[in-house]
Amino acid sequence: MNGFWAILLKEFAHIRREPTTLFFAFLVPVLQLTIFGYAIDTTIEDITTVVYNLDGRRDSRDLVAAFASTRRFKVVAYVFNEADFNHALAAGRAKVGVKIPPDYTERLLDGEQAVVQVLIDGSDSQVATTALNSAALLGLNESRRRGMAFAEARQAAVARDPAGRVALPIEIRPRLLYNPNLESAHFFVPGLIGIIMQLVTLFLTSFAIVRERELGTLEQLFVTPVGRTGLMLGKLVPYAVIGFLETLIVLMVMVFVFSVPINGSLVLLLGLSLLFLLTALGLGLFISTLARTQLQAIQFAFMIMLPSILLSGFIFPREAMPLPMYLLGFFIPVTYFLEILRGIILRSAGLADLLPSVVGLVVCCAVVLTLSVSRFRKRQE
Amino acid sequence: MSGADGADIVIAAEGLTRRFGDFTAVDAVSFAVPRAAIFGFLGPNGSGKSTVIRMLCGVLRPSAGRGTVLGHDVASEAEAIKRSIGYMSQKFSLYGDLSVEENMDFYGRIYGLSRARVRERKEALYALCGIRPFVNRLAAKLSGGWKQRLALACALIHEPDVLFLDEPTAGIDPVARRDLWDLLFELSGRGVTLFVTTHYMDEAERCSHVGYIHMSRLIVAGRPADLKRLDAVTPAGTRRVEISTPAPADALARLRGVAHVRDVTLFGDVLHALVDADLSDTDLVAATGQPANRVDLRPIAPTLEDVFVTLSRNELARSGA
Repeated sequence: MNGFWAILLKEFAHIRREPTTLFFAFLVPVLQLTIFGYAIDTTIEDITTVVYNLDGRRDSRDLVAAFASTRRFKVVAYVFNEADFNHALAAGRAKVGVKIPPDYTERLLDGEQAVVQVLIDGSDSQVATTALNSAALLGLNESRRRGMAFAEARQAAVARDPAGRVALPIEIRPRLLYNPNLESAHFFVPGLIGIIMQLVTLFLTSFAIVRERELGTLEQLFVTPVGRTGLMLGKLVPYAVIGFLETLIVLMVMVFVFSVPINGSLVLLLGLSLLFLLTALGLGLFISTLARTQLQAIQFAFMIMLPSILLSGFIFPREAMPLPMYLLGFFIPVTYFLEILRGIILRSAGLADLLPSVVGLVVCCAVVLTLSVSRFRKRQE
Repeated sequence: MSGADGADIVIAAEGLTRRFGDFTAVDAVSFAVPRAAIFGFLGPNGSGKSTVIRMLCGVLRPSAGRGTVLGHDVASEAEAIKRSIGYMSQKFSLYGDLSVEENMDFYGRIYGLSRARVRERKEALYALCGIRPFVNRLAAKLSGGWKQRLALACALIHEPDVLFLDEPTAGIDPVARRDLWDLLFELSGRGVTLFVTTHYMDEAERCSHVGYIHMSRLIVAGRPADLKRLDAVTPAGTRRVEISTPAPADALARLRGVAHVRDVTLFGDVLHALVDADLSDTDLVAATGQPANRVDLRPIAPTLEDVFVTLSRNELARSGA
């Protein structure tokens, strides 16, 4: 622990002299959170829709109104010939085309099946899936409504509800917990906090030792009695303090800007955030001991950042990944932290509920810190 | 430990060797430096000077042999050595974004000095190194000579008994160089042992002891006056002569072809020659090809440069044979 205070005070002096460090540590995460938080909105509404209604009578207009009232579709144009219809889709003015046949009303009245064609632009798979499901559901609902009216008229029903009206034989009643309005901010913003904290702390510390190596000051430190634990911790603690303040700020942005409430214990959340910070900073120090130059440090940091974003479950659900990728996720500290963040913030999970993730994070932290202290030698080999 | 002349030996190397893979950077180097000496360590780039310093400072483990500093073994007691030595590298290695005072405070804390002690030492070193006017200036904003003084002050904050300086005067102006040497003499006068590497022969002449390393091997070490009297430098049957002539370059070219002239080199506007004793002055003057009344001869003692050149050639001849 020799020299811990000397290094610690010196690091704070460096930070004071280099205000860009503070800018990078405090302002950039808030900007990133705000920008990405608004950008990553997976709730899909108002899909542009073009309507080619060859029937034009009341039943067909009701169907078009039913499309619009789902809020998934927004009718942007009515066309009156096949060429315009195809062109609207090809030009991208509409992502969905609804084509109602001329005999739509007759067929319904005659008790025959009416076929409505819905063309969907498949280039954006998320939009296409939403349109596909919504269109199918709409068809089903309309058919059910007509079927029940038909049954009521015939006094024959497969099932009735307690009020005696015709009803479906089986009714499934799903209820969404924790995020009832399916707001994507609730899912993404807590995850984004984990990713941004990882990003900032990793870059702050990965330079810590490389910079001294490049300046030649590390060589000077080697000939002093400074201990390697003192040196490592003296480098780590100032950035842990900054990282912790940054965590408080981004949590406030989450609560007050994105209206994502923290349902669970704030103390538990902050305690586990501190554990994650230590791990992320340790990872930065580890990079610092591997890299010979600052350029190499940046490259190493990116090597860690990419899997942290792609494999941690931040964007893509880990359950859907191929087994090797899924297993790889266990070696990434932020994987555990995302579970913890979402658990506490959304599901108000307690320590006992999060035990597997907490244990995973503790193991990561111990391994990373041990590795970086043991990698670091005061001797040149 | 005591040396042949009865003084304490502060730095000692016995067969000190360092290999990097197949390459031997330092090959069985042995020497001893007494207390308060200024040991000038010379040699071309890549000859192993810095490697020797790094081993003595305890940051590089010797592959073979033994080194001690203040009685501590460099391999097993490196941390004890680090507490009582100062080190100033050839590259400026302080924090440019910290002020002069902050840099000194930092090293004071690193060596675990109390706050009162740091204050006391800073005052003493501001006075010694003359950096008091710049205490609040950022280190990066100092000129080369002042940077070196600050580096020296930081290396001295814990009052080390031994100071290692790796090419301290490389690239600084002559005035700053002279001032720095005055400081070194002052330190030596206070009993600090100095180990200085340098490229400059005039700096070597100022040292109380010198060592010359060439191609990883220590060619010679000792007091400059003793080295100049070595038989190998001026072998039996030869003498050293200074030749003054109006056309030294022309004379040099002619003398290089004469059998009895073993070595001749230009020294400013005169020539230094090592000639066989049986070559008479008259023959030597004739060999210059200049009018006899325009040539002056004067017997001289060898310079340190003569010593190192002669001994390196001998060494090369021996290893080549």
